[in-house]
Amino acid sequence: MQLIKSDINIDFIGKQKIGFALSLILILLSIGSLIVHKGPNYGIDFVGGTLIQIKFSQQVSVGKIRSGLSNIGFKDASVQNFGHDYDYEFLIRTSNLEMTNKGLSQSISEAIKASTGIAPEIRRVEMVGPQVGEDLRKKALLALFYSLLFITIYISGRFELKWMLSGVTAGSLMTAVYFLSVFNVSIAVLITAALVITLALFWVLRLKYAMGAIVALLHDVLITVGIFSILNLDFSLPIIAALLTIIGYSLNDTIIVFDRIRENIKGLKTKDAFPALFNKSINQTLSRTILTSVTTLVVLVPLYFLGGEIIHNFAFAMIIGVLIGTYSSIFVASPIVLAAIKR
Amino acid sequence: MKPFTFKTVLITGVILAAIVWLLPTFFNCWPHKKINLGLDLQGGMHLVLEVQNIKAVEAEVERTIQEIKKQLRKEGVKHLGISRLKDNSILAKFQGDENKSGFETVLSQNFENLITQKPQTDNNIITYKLALPEEEADRIKKMATEQALETIRNRIDEFGVSEPDIRIQGGDRILIQLPGIKDPERAKDLIGKTAQLTFRLVDDDVDVNLAINGTPPVGDEILYQNKYNPNSGTSTKIPFLIKKRVLLDGSLLTDARVEFDQFQQPQVGIEFNRKGARIFDRITGENIQKRLAIVLDNSVYSAPVIQDRIAGGKARITGSFTLNEAKDLAIALRAGSLPAPVKIIEERTVGPTLGADSIRTGLISMIVGGLLVILLMVTYYKKAGLIADLALIINIILIGGGLAAFQATLTLPGIAGIILTIGMAVDANVIIFERIREELRSGKTPLASVIAGFDRATLTILDANVTTIIAALVLYQYGTGPIKGFAVTLCLGIIASLFTALVLSKNILVFTLKNKQVSKLSI
Repeated sequence: MQLIKSDINIDFIGKQKIGFALSLILILLSIGSLIVHKGPNYGIDFVGGTLIQIKFSQQVSVGKIRSGLSNIGFKDASVQNFGHDYDYEFLIRTSNLEMTNKGLSQSISEAIKASTGIAPEIRRVEMVGPQVGEDLRKKALLALFYSLLFITIYISGRFELKWMLSGVTAGSLMTAVYFLSVFNVSIAVLITAALVITLALFWVLRLKYAMGAIVALLHDVLITVGIFSILNLDFSLPIIAALLTIIGYSLNDTIIVFDRIRENIKGLKTKDAFPALFNKSINQTLSRTILTSVTTLVVLVPLYFLGGEIIHNFAFAMIIGVLIGTYSSIFVASPIVLAAIKR
Repeated sequence: MKPFTFKTVLITGVILAAIVWLLPTFFNCWPHKKINLGLDLQGGMHLVLEVQNIKAVEAEVERTIQEIKKQLRKEGVKHLGISRLKDNSILAKFQGDENKSGFETVLSQNFENLITQKPQTDNNIITYKLALPEEEADRIKKMATEQALETIRNRIDEFGVSEPDIRIQGGDRILIQLPGIKDPERAKDLIGKTAQLTFRLVDDDVDVNLAINGTPPVGDEILYQNKYNPNSGTSTKIPFLIKKRVLLDGSLLTDARVEFDQFQQPQVGIEFNRKGARIFDRITGENIQKRLAIVLDNSVYSAPVIQDRIAGGKARITGSFTLNEAKDLAIALRAGSLPAPVKIIEERTVGPTLGADSIRTGLISMIVGGLLVILLMVTYYKKAGLIADLALIINIILIGGGLAAFQATLTLPGIAGIILTIGMAVDANVIIFERIREELRSGKTPLASVIAGFDRATLTILDANVTTIIAALVLYQYGTGPIKGFAVTLCLGIIASLFTALVLSKNILVFTLKNKQVSKLSI
């Protein structure tokens, strides 16, 4: 069976303006949403708070749970249905912390029993203090930064054989970030600055493949975070895991295309032939670019629908990441390498 | 091609090893190492405590002040007050030259470790500011954390949790993992109890209510007793005016047990060692007809009137305890008090039913996803797809075997990681098969196409997987708990898929082609 014919020839490079426009719109929407919502919709992992998952043996109204909670002073608590309707499960979120109120989950359980008449089963309690939340946020950002950096070193090393150059660049960036973070400079600001410097350096040093890869990665991560922000989905620790996996995985498609470009580029001298060559390379690898994503999506979709509520958002982030990653390997990474070569 | 080449032996060896490691998870057999399930799958509690070890420094400063006062008394030096400041330095005030020099002698003889600033003189009052050296304060803090860890470990051991994991997590934090805990609230209560037991006199010279409205006399503080009324179900707070001076504390205990009074009410009987018994004997003898308060973590449990000298060093803590509360208090007293209060700064508790549900939904989505991939590969690549499917199944066995062999922990995100690698493992096969098709189209024989296909795809596959491994390693380094589990299965999955695609699939394909001399490849 063959879905994508071997003689397929789509003019991707010719359509790169449409691609750039689409990417630009998505990125602007993402940034816009992040600005409007004042950053991602952080879950308790990153801002602190308490999350309690309860289950009833029969239908209970959200209003009754809420009134029970407000009876013990939790007016800010949010109550929402969790999972399927027939599970009678609810998620309670509050900024109250267990540590200020000993036996918080117990008092909540009693208050809900009083207001609904049914004793809930407490299935999960997560409490994160504000200090821990801040630490986790810092760690998450650093993890994103380091994985981007290491992957870039690898790409520029492998594709341009400039191990030393990219290693030294990355090493100095890491040291700078490390020392500045000791002096309490905001990690978010620091990492943004480091990334901008990295991109500028790659442009100046003509590390074209590495630049194409990192721009595509930033594009994928930003849009995934943006879609989460637009849909107002909880941004929690598993989402960071998903983002890191996307960083590692969405590069697979990019590498396949890059490898083919390098294979085809051997012996080619004139710059004019490059657009056609890039097109040929993308078309030659199109079936595997799409199929590898399809096989991954084939397992992610069941995970999204059947994997349970806790893993739901993780699967969603991965699905978006794989889709955007496939798109960006064709419409973002390669055109940028082409632009860098033409320069 | 001979059936027993180095490669075939290696391949079978790896697969057999994985199966042997995996078997104990399902059957009770050698090597008896099951795959560890994370707290989110088997249920349990994850806690991070912060030891407020600045309080231990405060206590040390207070102790030093008492020592200084004692020495000054001994030397006959008069002072105008020695007190602790907020920044844990000591302020000492004197008047007159002989007191000044007397104090300085005491300092140089007994307290030379203290850092002394140049005294300030104002209105004939000489003020000294003393402080513990920085290293000393750090040492106390470090000790407090270590001691808290030891104490909590003892308490949990006595409470009875199988395979608890308790360790210091950077500076003043303690990480506690209690798998399968039945009563998380009770465990939290026990762990968080400071269990600072003191015996102090009640100040009956001043009316408590006057002290509440005004300021309590110097050297006294107001503490409360929680009286629970079982008939009305309410509790009331009774104030006591308690002297700050501690006559005896819980550090001299040798035993604490649950006992019952004549109404079958649980209470905690305590026993002091010989030194403690001697002190108890003396203080009860000296204070007959006065009230002796038993204070635990700043609340009064009882304040009986001393009727007679009590020898033998035995006492009882009464209060309206439930049996579990009495049991836990006895455990806490036996294990010793925490050197400083602790605060729970992170808690993640998963009930056993949710854990079981997570395993179920995880397995279901794994099976559904796996079957879909298997179907997809067979329809798209026919017989070659079957080889990819075989590689996929062996891939999952390898991940399981790896988890058991390295005693890694399988978490819910870890299951997601396995599911993800199912999708990614066949990617390598897709890349190879597409390349082989390309080579076939260029007119090569099936065998030559397969060899060329593998040769050219290998580097691409390595590159693609190295980047994912980099991300997984960074995630392992920075991730906590369940997320670490995801990084582990992702790494194992990638390594396993490299093996199955580049070694296993290749050898099966080459083997079938060489033996049959087929002219057409089913791909």
